[in-house]
Amino acid sequence: MGPIGENEFFFLMQGLKWTVLLAIVGFIGGGIFGILIALLRTSKTKVARRITAGFIGVFQGTPLLMQLFVVYYGVALLGIEVNAWIAVAIAFTLHASAFLGEIWRGSIEAVPKGQTEAANALGLHYVSRMKDVILPQALKISMPATIGFLVQLIKGTSLAAIVGFIELTRAGQIISNQTYRPLLVFGIVGAIYFIICWPLSHAGSGLEKRMAKAAR
Amino acid sequence: MSYTFDFGAVLDRAPELLWGSLGTLGLALAGMFLALVIGILGVVARTSKSEITRTLVIIFVEVVRNTPFLVQIFFIYFALPLMGIRLNPTVTAIIALGINGGAYAIEIIRGGVESVSRGQIEAGFALGLHKADVFRLIVLKPALRAIYPSLTSQFIMLTLTTSVCTSIAAYELTSAAQRIESDTFRSFEVYFTVTAIYLVISSLMMGLFALISRQYFNYPTR
Repeated sequence: MGPIGENEFFFLMQGLKWTVLLAIVGFIGGGIFGILIALLRTSKTKVARRITAGFIGVFQGTPLLMQLFVVYYGVALLGIEVNAWIAVAIAFTLHASAFLGEIWRGSIEAVPKGQTEAANALGLHYVSRMKDVILPQALKISMPATIGFLVQLIKGTSLAAIVGFIELTRAGQIISNQTYRPLLVFGIVGAIYFIICWPLSHAGSGLEKRMAKAAR
Repeated sequence: MSYTFDFGAVLDRAPELLWGSLGTLGLALAGMFLALVIGILGVVARTSKSEITRTLVIIFVEVVRNTPFLVQIFFIYFALPLMGIRLNPTVTAIIALGINGGAYAIEIIRGGVESVSRGQIEAGFALGLHKADVFRLIVLKPALRAIYPSLTSQFIMLTLTTSVCTSIAAYELTSAAQRIESDTFRSFEVYFTVTAIYLVISSLMMGLFALISRQYFNYPTR
């Protein structure tokens, strides 16, 4: 058995950096494409609705780990030389855009129909109706679920370890193999995830309770 | 693009994929069962008179829901032997899936039980129903109906999560895929095929859950 010293802890922190970066990139990228998907999913065009429904269905009906593998090897097939980091980031972006798209579709539909009708009556065109009337309200409604998904995404980045990407969990695995102290190492790794995720979960459920009270 | 796809190399291993799929289904069903048991016990423990018991359940739920399943399964995989319990990876995976799903089930079931209003129960007694009937018809059935959508979507997630169990070499579809990949080097084809199989499994499960819902919960509520 080896000790868990400063070096080991520093290595875990290096891993943590990649975990956080991956989650941020996935969330921002997923947010941008997610809005697009939510808008297409609620559009008047049947084809757009069908295609986005299919996209969401595939990502919600398959394991995140498989999505990582398929994108990871799929990108390599395209003949573009990309490093593991970009391939994994693309996979998380696609994954997040499907889930956020579905969450936001629900919130857009949860905005009372009268709001759309009023916007139409005022002569607002589609862009202004969405940007100024519907989306701000939908965003508020979606906050608890969006934060909930962010927590899921942060936890999900751990699967990049199985593809071989060195983030927090993989760093933990490496140190565990070196020091033969798996319980201590995975205990620390779990605690780090908890410290990041728990405040978010707490904020999300607090918001949900307050909104439920306000709606009553 | 100069790459030529070769799905034949993967289809040659169809029996292995089939057995792997059955392994995944087995893991998922056993995991769901264990999660349900932990969920019910947890809800009962959460209404316990002892504050320590209640706090322990809350800590359990929060810790499990705010840490990755991969870290949990590694922890359990290494912790069990230290406690003198030697199990094969597949059984270890079922325990990890059950513990993970159980924490979510506790929250879902608790919400369902709380959704039955006190007045309904009193109304049942006022109508002269037996205690058992009140529980079965007025508490259990509406509570089950209320939690059914979230519980079943949690079960679908649990089924998809079984793929992570490949990390401790449990017997299931993803580990079968990794074996085939290392033999054939057809990485993309293998994972593409296996992803499609997962999609079929989860779609069938969703269809089955919807069918059950229509059979048992198809009565008017107001």
